[in-house]
Amino acid sequence: MKPCYINSAASISAQDTFDSNRFLETIISHESKTVHAMHPKYKEFISPIASRRMATGVKMGVAASKMALQEAQLETPDAIITGTGMGCIEDSEKFLNAIIDNDEQYLTPTSFIQSTHNTVGAQIALTLNCKGYNVTYVHGAVSFESALVDAQLMLHEHTANHILVGGVDELGKQFIEDIVKAEALEPKPITVPFGEGAHFFTLSSSKQKDTYGELKAIEIINKATPELIQEKLQAFLKRNGLITSDIDAVLLGINGDGFDNYYQNLQNSIFNTTPQIHYKHLSGEFFTASAFGFWVATNIVKQQKIPKALLLNEVEHSNYKNVLLYNQFKGRQHSFMLLSSC
Amino acid sequence: MPQNRVAITGMGIVSSIGNTMEENLHSLLHYKKGIAPIVNIETRHKDAIKVGEILQTNEQLANSLNLPKGHNYSRTALLGCIAAKQAVKHANIEDISSFRTGLISSTSVGGMDMTEKHFKNYTSNPESRKFISSHHAGDSTEKIADHLGISDYVSTISTACSSAANAIMLGARLIKSGQLDRVIVGGTDGLAKFTINGFKTLMILSDTDCAPFDANRTGLNLGEAAAFLVLESEVIVKENNKSVLAYVAGYGNANDAFHQTASSENGEGAFLAMQKALTVANIQPKDINYINAHGTATPNNDLSEGRAIQRIFGPTIPDFSSTKAFTGHTLAAAGAIEAVYSVLALQNNVMFPNLNFNTAIPELQMIPITEVTKKPLEYALSNSFGFGGNCSTLIFSKS
Repeated sequence: MKPCYINSAASISAQDTFDSNRFLETIISHESKTVHAMHPKYKEFISPIASRRMATGVKMGVAASKMALQEAQLETPDAIITGTGMGCIEDSEKFLNAIIDNDEQYLTPTSFIQSTHNTVGAQIALTLNCKGYNVTYVHGAVSFESALVDAQLMLHEHTANHILVGGVDELGKQFIEDIVKAEALEPKPITVPFGEGAHFFTLSSSKQKDTYGELKAIEIINKATPELIQEKLQAFLKRNGLITSDIDAVLLGINGDGFDNYYQNLQNSIFNTTPQIHYKHLSGEFFTASAFGFWVATNIVKQQKIPKALLLNEVEHSNYKNVLLYNQFKGRQHSFMLLSSC
Repeated sequence: MPQNRVAITGMGIVSSIGNTMEENLHSLLHYKKGIAPIVNIETRHKDAIKVGEILQTNEQLANSLNLPKGHNYSRTALLGCIAAKQAVKHANIEDISSFRTGLISSTSVGGMDMTEKHFKNYTSNPESRKFISSHHAGDSTEKIADHLGISDYVSTISTACSSAANAIMLGARLIKSGQLDRVIVGGTDGLAKFTINGFKTLMILSDTDCAPFDANRTGLNLGEAAAFLVLESEVIVKENNKSVLAYVAGYGNANDAFHQTASSENGEGAFLAMQKALTVANIQPKDINYINAHGTATPNNDLSEGRAIQRIFGPTIPDFSSTKAFTGHTLAAAGAIEAVYSVLALQNNVMFPNLNFNTAIPELQMIPITEVTKKPLEYALSNSFGFGGNCSTLIFSKS
C-alpha cells in the first residue's frame, strides 16, 4: 500500500476535544447511562438557515468535516467517505413516529429526506460543492474502519490525493432508551455510557508540515474467537514488518461488557508489557466510537504523550512510534488499525 | 488489458419478477412485469399505489432458509440471504474459505420493516425486543455472512438508491488491488411502510404502472429485491478453470452536489460517473452497446439522466432501456438486480424492453428499446443514482 498521511484530525465528542493542543487535559466524567457530545458553536461552520433543518448528527458531521479541512488547509477534498452505524436515527425516529401516530397521514417529507444513511456525506458534499467520490459505510462497529479501508485503497490507486474520512453517530431520543433498557437485561451489560460524536480526518498521499502520522494498515474481521483474534493480530503485525514489542501503545475498545475478554486475552499475554489504553469511558459507546479512539491515537503519535485518564497500566514508553487500535462489538465486527509517527 | 481482471462467476436474485435468475430472465423476455397492488403490507395507501412486491410471506422466506422459530430476521435479511446463497451456489463454490473471500452488501433502510412493526413495543414485549438489534443496516449483512460462512472482510454500504452499485465497485477494487481473491457483492431491501410513506410525501410515486422515459411519466413504483454477484480475480478463475459470466470492466462514482433529493438539470453527477467508468474500462462511448438506465420514471430523474447520457454519447446514443417498469424501484438493491440484468443481456445478446413507453420526452427526444431485441453485445453500462447526489455507473463486458 502507498503511504497514507493523516494531515488533520477533528473531534466533536463527549469530551472537550475541539482543540487538540489541550489533548484531554481536562476530563469530563460521565455518570449517566447516555452522554451527549459537547457541541461547538455551529454558526461558525454552518449557516443558521441550513443548521435549523439539520439533525444533531448532520450538524456534528458537517462541522467536524469543516474543522478537519481547515486544519489541513484544504478547500475541497477529492473524495468524501463517511461511516455511520445507526445513521440518521433522530430523523428516522421522527418519521417513524409520524407514520405510526398519524396512521400514515399528514406527513411532511423533511425528516424522511434526512433519514437516509448518506445524509451526512451528502450534506458535506453539498456545502463544499464537492463532486468527487462519495460513499457511506453502515456496518455497525466497523463503519468508520470500512471508510478508512476505502480511503487507503483510493490513495493506493492514485484516484485521489486528499480524502475526507469520518465517522459520525447521534444518540437520538427514543431508540437509544430502548437500547439502554435492553442492554441492562444482558448478563454482563455495557458499563460505559452510550454516547455520540463526529470525527473527521484528512488522509493524503503527501505529508504536510503538521501531519499527525501515517495510517499503516487496517483489517476488518467479522467473526472470530479471542484466540483467533490474537493469531490474526500477530499475523497482521508481521505483514507490516512488526512484532508485538514494537507496539508502543495499544488502544482497546473496552466497554465493560461480557465481551471484554477479547481485550483481556491480549492485555494478559502479548501486550502485558505494552502501555494499554482505554477510551470509551470518555467518549461513550457508539458504533463509530472507534473514530474517537483513532483521534486519540493520532494525537498520541503527534504529541508523543498519553493523557493520564487513558492509561490502564503503569507502563510508559519514551516515544510512541507505533500505535495499534483493536476494537470489537459484542464479539463481532473486530478491527485492527495501525498508526505510526512521521 | 489490465492484469487482474474482475470476473463475475455467479449470480443470485429474488425480485417481483422471479425467485431465481432463470425466472427473472424468463419474465424479462416475456414482458411479465411484477407491478401490482400491494399484498403483504398493511398500508393506508393500498389502493393509491402499485408496487413490485415479492409474493412470499416472511414465514415462507424463513422456511426456505430453515430458520429456527423465534429468529429476528428482517425481510431485508431474508431476501438477502436467499439471493446471496443462490449466487454462491451458481459460482460452484464448495469451500468458501479456500480463498480470501469478502462480503459487501448494501441496503437503504436495513431492518426498518421490522422496526416499524415493533418500535413501539420494544420495552413492553420481549418478542419485539429482539428486533432492536436487527434495525441497523449492518445486521442483514451479518446474517448473510453467517449463512455463507464468511468471517473476515464484511461490510455494508448505504448510499440510498445507488448502494449496490457502490458495493460492486468496491468489490472490484479490492480484487484488482489484490486485497481479496473473491468478494460476494450486492444489495437487499424489503418493502416497508417507512419508504412507501417517504416517497409518497415526496409526491414521486406513480398511481399506475410507471413509464420510464415517457413524456407523460408520473413517478415511480417502489419494489423490493435482493441480488448478489460473485466476483473473482482472473487468476483464481484461470487456476480453477472456472466459467466466467462476464467481467466488471469499469466503474465510476461521483456526487451531483446539487440537492439532497433532486438531480441537477444537466445531470452533472451522472455525467461524471459515466465518464469515470468509461475511463476505468479504457473504452470509448461508442463501445457501449446497451445502457440499462436508472430510469425511475420520476419527471426529474429521467430528464436529468437523459441529458447526462446525451452529454456522454452525443448524437449516437446506444440502445437503452430501464427495467424499472418490470421490478419497480428496488432502492439499494436496484444496482445489483440491474447488474444481473446487464450480465444476462451480455450472455444472451439480448436487450430488455422499457415497458409502458409511448411518447418521447420533448426536451430529449430519446426513444428506448421497447421490444425484446437481439443484438451482439460486448459492453453494457448500468446507471444507479440516489438521494444525496450519489451517482454510480458500472460497465460490464463479455470478455
